[in-house]
Amino acid sequence: MLSFVIRRTFYAIPALIAVSFISFMVIALPPGDFVDRLAQERAALGDTMTATEIQSLRAAYGLDRPVLTQYWTWISGIVLRGDFGYSFSWNLPVSEVIWPRIGLTVVLSVASLLFIWVVAIPIGIYSAVRRYSVGDYVFTFIGFLGLAIPNFLLALAVMYVAFTVFGQHVGGLFSPQYVEAPWSWGKVMDLFAHLWLPMIVLGTAGTANVIRVIRANLIDEVRKPYVTAARAKGMVETRLLLKYPVRHALNPFVSSQNDIFVDIISGGTIVAIVMGLQTTGPLLLDALRTQDMNMAASFILMLSVLVVLGTLLSDLVLGWLDPRIRYQQG
Amino acid sequence: MTSIDPSAPLAPTDDPVRGLGNESQWQLTWRKFVRHRLGVAGGIVVLLIYVVALIPEFLAPVTLEAYNPRYTLAPPQPFALGVQVEGDWQFRPHVKGYEAVIDYNSGRRIFTISDEEIIDIGLFVRGEPYRLLGLIESDLRLFGPLNAGDPFYLFGADRLGRDNFSRTIYGTRISMTIGLVGVAISLVLGILIGGISGLFGGLVDNLIQRNIEFIQSVPSIPLWIGLAAAIPANIPPLQVYFLITVILSILGWTSLARVVRGRFLAMRSEDFVKAARLDGCGPVRVIFRHMLPSFVSHIIAVVTLAIPGMILAETALSYLGIGLRTPIVSWGVLLQEAQNVRTIASAPWLLLPGAAVVISVLSLNFLGDGLRDAADPYDD
Repeated sequence: MLSFVIRRTFYAIPALIAVSFISFMVIALPPGDFVDRLAQERAALGDTMTATEIQSLRAAYGLDRPVLTQYWTWISGIVLRGDFGYSFSWNLPVSEVIWPRIGLTVVLSVASLLFIWVVAIPIGIYSAVRRYSVGDYVFTFIGFLGLAIPNFLLALAVMYVAFTVFGQHVGGLFSPQYVEAPWSWGKVMDLFAHLWLPMIVLGTAGTANVIRVIRANLIDEVRKPYVTAARAKGMVETRLLLKYPVRHALNPFVSSQNDIFVDIISGGTIVAIVMGLQTTGPLLLDALRTQDMNMAASFILMLSVLVVLGTLLSDLVLGWLDPRIRYQQG
Repeated sequence: MTSIDPSAPLAPTDDPVRGLGNESQWQLTWRKFVRHRLGVAGGIVVLLIYVVALIPEFLAPVTLEAYNPRYTLAPPQPFALGVQVEGDWQFRPHVKGYEAVIDYNSGRRIFTISDEEIIDIGLFVRGEPYRLLGLIESDLRLFGPLNAGDPFYLFGADRLGRDNFSRTIYGTRISMTIGLVGVAISLVLGILIGGISGLFGGLVDNLIQRNIEFIQSVPSIPLWIGLAAAIPANIPPLQVYFLITVILSILGWTSLARVVRGRFLAMRSEDFVKAARLDGCGPVRVIFRHMLPSFVSHIIAVVTLAIPGMILAETALSYLGIGLRTPIVSWGVLLQEAQNVRTIASAPWLLLPGAAVVISVLSLNFLGDGLRDAADPYDD
């Protein structure tokens, strides 16, 4: 097991290098940079910047150097000193802005994942055991609907209902008085009071997915002779179900968690923008619009790192659950 | 009976699988697909939606640009087929007119649906001239108010008094084709790269597979946002459309490549492929004549299931304002009108283009599921 863990962790390193490179290049390569944008804005206000001003500003930000050099400065700063560079539009080190946001993103993503498990696993088992029952059809239909409704539309609909029915403005993750406040017990409680809505919105598609995976695999398992054998021996049905076929059906479930986690992180960006959450989404969009390079690249990098870590974790769990994977492919 | 079937004694007439051995693979797949009722229903809806995408000029009551400042943010008018005249029901398709009061506090018109005013709706009314499919000149519209100029807002109006229903119909063309074009690009990449991976195997295969795994593990939406935000603001709309499809395909080809590769690998060792090779067929003939026909149905299913993802992604990007932009109208561009809760609370009908997204994605999913089940020869 230990060598499996080491091998898998080792595999994650090239992925991280590639992801950091792509994150940076996506932002750096397109024409135009932050200084161009600033000059444009100034010009629109009637305050035209001279060529030397532009030049010196670009030099100050390090934007005049070759892209590869810029990349190297940025990534070596992150790896060696945990320094994500300087945010041009915030006039702050990126790390000061990014960490609280990443933290909340993790909290929201993990909450959504837990929501998916708690809701989808029992429903999946029920649908498989009571196949073609009314309940099965209802859940299957809701599942299909959950896959078809875009995240942001669901967020809008939920906010609309909350606004008209409860007369409540449900944006953000905190009440106004807690947004800038330091962490306290009250703030944590306030976070949980706000977290459930985005959590459900984000978890819907994943829930639909997990129900399908568990249902399909469990249906294959409960038909097998070993289940009949156990039943013939007089085993209690619930115990039998949970002890044998459900455990078998969990393998494909665990391997599907990876894609679901990617979707949560990815979809979370848009839901956060629509619902005004204090996670990475809104800031990423802002940074891209203002071409705040270090900020945007750092956000994309950190989101990808989360995904790579999630993949690693689900691989390890899978290897722990199923020895065949541990020994076969490594 | 004009000819004698030599296999007749082996297959008695009351056997339900009679003649199965004589049917081509396509007939078998079709027979299985027809039994999948949800799949067939999805297929019919998808077909209808693409008809709408083909001829929106004929189906929409007014043009894309038509606006009327008197009816800004007017609510949807309920449609009725008939009226009650002295207790008798009379066939008279109509919608009710509006009564508008100006609210001086908010400076907006408050609309109520009037009980008296009736706006008659007819089939094949005349409107602005257009070219159907770019060929046939016409000014006929499938339906609209008989008295041209009367307000007719089935899905309500937006903040400029444009007809949400007509715009949703026009948006169908862009939203539905962007999925098709995006998937087409992905398919070319997928077949090419997946084919190479599956055919050569070994180191090449390993390299390509690691790359695919990597691309699949990158969170797609942040990357899409990053790429889409890089599209310059001043380039022509058609180029934006093309760039967005390319951006969507950059991450979209991987799952198709995996399917193609998997099939190639599985089939390489099949007896019929070996037989074809021993018969002296070249690699091109082996691929196109022997291997491709046996998994093309499966690819069609996977492609169908890939379209919804593209549609959803385009809608999301356009909604955020970094995808398609006016004058191109897609469902996502229409949803931009519903930017915050207050707007939605006062004009919830602005979310109706979203219903078009949900219906099309749902029916494409049903169709794809049906096709996938039908294409699988081992499933019964």
